[in-house]
Parts: sequence; structure tokens; C-alpha cells
Amino acid sequence: MFITAGFAIMFAVIIAVFRALRGPTVFDRLLAANSIGTAAILLLAVFGFITGRPEFLDIGITYSLLNLIGTLAVLKFFRYGDLGHSGEEEVADT
Amino acid sequence: MIDTVIYVLSWALLGSGSVFYIIGSIGLVRMPDVFTRMHATSVSDTFGAFLMLVGMLLQAGLSLVSLKLAVIIAIILYTGPVATHALARAARHAGIDPLLHDDEEGTS
Repeated sequence: MFITAGFAIMFAVIIAVFRALRGPTVFDRLLAANSIGTAAILLLAVFGFITGRPEFLDIGITYSLLNLIGTLAVLKFFRYGDLGHSGEEEVADT
Repeated sequence: MIDTVIYVLSWALLGSGSVFYIIGSIGLVRMPDVFTRMHATSVSDTFGAFLMLVGMLLQAGLSLVSLKLAVIIAIILYTGPVATHALARAARHAGIDPLLHDDEEGTS
């Protein structure tokens, strides 16, 4: 049953990769990347249960933290063109 | 008795979470617009991941593994909506309008 759940997650990843390759804007690709990141966490947890080695859950925690940071970093880069930007002057006129 | 109930409940949660996840990914491909794709994907991704991890937590019993799974559930429940909100704000700021956006005020 864990193997069935793993195959379902991999099917979802294949569909999301299709959107990430085809998406017209950068936000489509980033949404697909976020979805694939969540799927990677689930796949790690399921794989840990299949093989009986739950140490994979630590990697899952790290991936779930990196997923949010990566999404926000790419969004900031495409808005300001610079990751070290403070963003203060643009906030004033929006 | 209670073992059987927990077993059946955990498999039901894992199966329904997988179905939610696949439906979210189908919505990611089939929807016509950035915002509808966000609406389809983010909700079902967060909820599907939540259901599957709760199913695994019921399988794991009370140990360090279930504590790690609870931490992953908490992180996903907080960071998924935050990432989607940031994506939607950035898309609006980049000038992308929703597909059925009305320009006149008060007509909708």
C-alpha cells in the first residue's frame, strides 16, 4: 500500500514536470516547482516507510524548510533582480 | 480491535491523500490561468500532504518517528499557504490579471 502511494506521488510529479516545462510565465513554473518539492517530501517519507529506515524523515524536514526559502528567493530575484535588495523603496509606491 | 481500526483508518487516509494529490496535479495542467492553477494546486497539495502524513503517523505509533512526522505536518501546514500567497502577490504585482477580471466597478 505504501508502494501504491509512492506511485501516485510519482505520477503527480510527472504531471507537474509537464507544467514546469511548458508554463508560459515564471509563476507557473514556480508553482509546479513548489508542488514537486512537497511531493519530494512525501516521497521521502513513503520511501522511509517502505524500506523500514525512518531516517529519511530528517531529510524531509530539511526539504520542507528549503522549499519555502527557495520559492521566496526566486520570487524576490524576479521582482528586484537582486537577492540582497532591501525592498523598501518599492514597497512605498505599491 | 483498536489496532484494526487504526490500520484501516491510516490506509484510508493514505489513499484519499494520494487521490487529492493527483487531482491537484491534474488541475495544475488543465486549468487555463495562473490564478486558477494556484487555486487548484495549492489547496489540494497542502491537504493531500496533510492527509498522507497523518496516515503515516497513525502507522508509526508513538515514537520518535511520529514526532518527526508531526514536525513535517506543522511545517507543511504553515509554509504551503505562505508560499502560495507570496506567489499570488508577486503575480499580481507583475501585472498578470485574472482571466475573468471585470474592469468596470460594481458589475460583478
